[in-house]
Amino acid sequence: MNSDEPLWEIFIRSKQGLDHKHVGSLHAADAKMAIENARDVYTRRMEGVSIWAVESKNIHASNPDDAASMYDPANDKVYRHPTFYDLPDELKHM
Amino acid sequence: MQDETGLLETFDDKVAKEIKIEPRDWMPENYRKNLIRQISQHAHSEIVGMLPEGNWITRAPSLRRKATLIAKVQDEAGHGLYLYSAAETMGITREEMVDQLLTGKAKYSSIFNYPTLTWADIGAIGWLVDGAAIMNQVPLCRTSYGPYARAMIRVCKEESFHQRQGFEILLTLCRGSNEQKDMAQDALNRWWWPSLMMFGPNDDNSPHTAQSMKWKIKRFTNDELRQKFVDICTEQAKILGLTIPDPELKWNDEKKHYDFGEINWDEFWKVVNGDGPCNSERLAARVKAHEDGKWVREAASAYAEKRNRNN
Repeated sequence: MNSDEPLWEIFIRSKQGLDHKHVGSLHAADAKMAIENARDVYTRRMEGVSIWAVESKNIHASNPDDAASMYDPANDKVYRHPTFYDLPDELKHM
Repeated sequence: MQDETGLLETFDDKVAKEIKIEPRDWMPENYRKNLIRQISQHAHSEIVGMLPEGNWITRAPSLRRKATLIAKVQDEAGHGLYLYSAAETMGITREEMVDQLLTGKAKYSSIFNYPTLTWADIGAIGWLVDGAAIMNQVPLCRTSYGPYARAMIRVCKEESFHQRQGFEILLTLCRGSNEQKDMAQDALNRWWWPSLMMFGPNDDNSPHTAQSMKWKIKRFTNDELRQKFVDICTEQAKILGLTIPDPELKWNDEKKHYDFGEINWDEFWKVVNGDGPCNSERLAARVKAHEDGKWVREAASAYAEKRNRNN
């Protein structure tokens, strides 16, 4: 493997109707080869029907160290959940 | 390369076998057109739907109600976003869709062209309008187009509190003073029929239904869903102790369904065609929001440019 080859993140759709899911990464010289390599590495047992390859440098991620402040606003909003509401048991289909 | 007939066969076969259609798959041009229309109208409805409820955020009767209502309206903005994004996978741009809405070319759910006159309307909207929307949306989680189905799963999950908060508002009013109960009844009187109209024209009068059913975009017809809604709400109204404003509403023991009166279709078409109580107000509010937001969009791109230069 040529270490100059960029890193690609690989996403596989296991079945029509489901989301593409991140499965791992690999090096390849271009997008086409990244998809071919991904096929060989990640779909040898029919794991997928569709592959996305995204060059790793194009993935922008949040910083896990920021998690506390990042997700804090959702912490005290229990009213976003259906169980928060006080309704009689005889109420059906809701 | 397959010819058009072969492609169509593959497509029909996938639909028949309940295999989802995904963005890169070949699809008939009318399937694409039909879905772009449906998904974008759905997205517009979420966005315009923020307006009648937004009207009451500053006047909610308690902090609890206010926080809940804000959370609900926030959800609707998010749902508009999921749906616009799903439509974009079919090749239409966000700008085109926004433009269609703001120029009045696109439709959105007519229910949002009715005014919210009292606090009880917020309860009635949650119970009936969200109830009808959920009735429509649950089968859409199994719609044949993958991105739309996945967006709907998320929407339905998030919306499960919307209807409950509405019912809770009405229940509180109905257990309160006579004036409060009257207010709840008045809201039901005004929102009941427009809610039934949300399911669209009768089946024999609905131009898109047959094709949409064949393509498994829709799973139930307008009348089937409307009947289910009437059956469920009639029972739920008993818990509130409210009267549904339909003298013809009656249990039919043979059909095992409630019979109900005829919708005022003149009113329906009038509101669809732009002549409802709030059509021009809603559109004007959207146009103003878009224009007032222009400087924010410009500032965001200026800031991005500046950061790029510094990198």
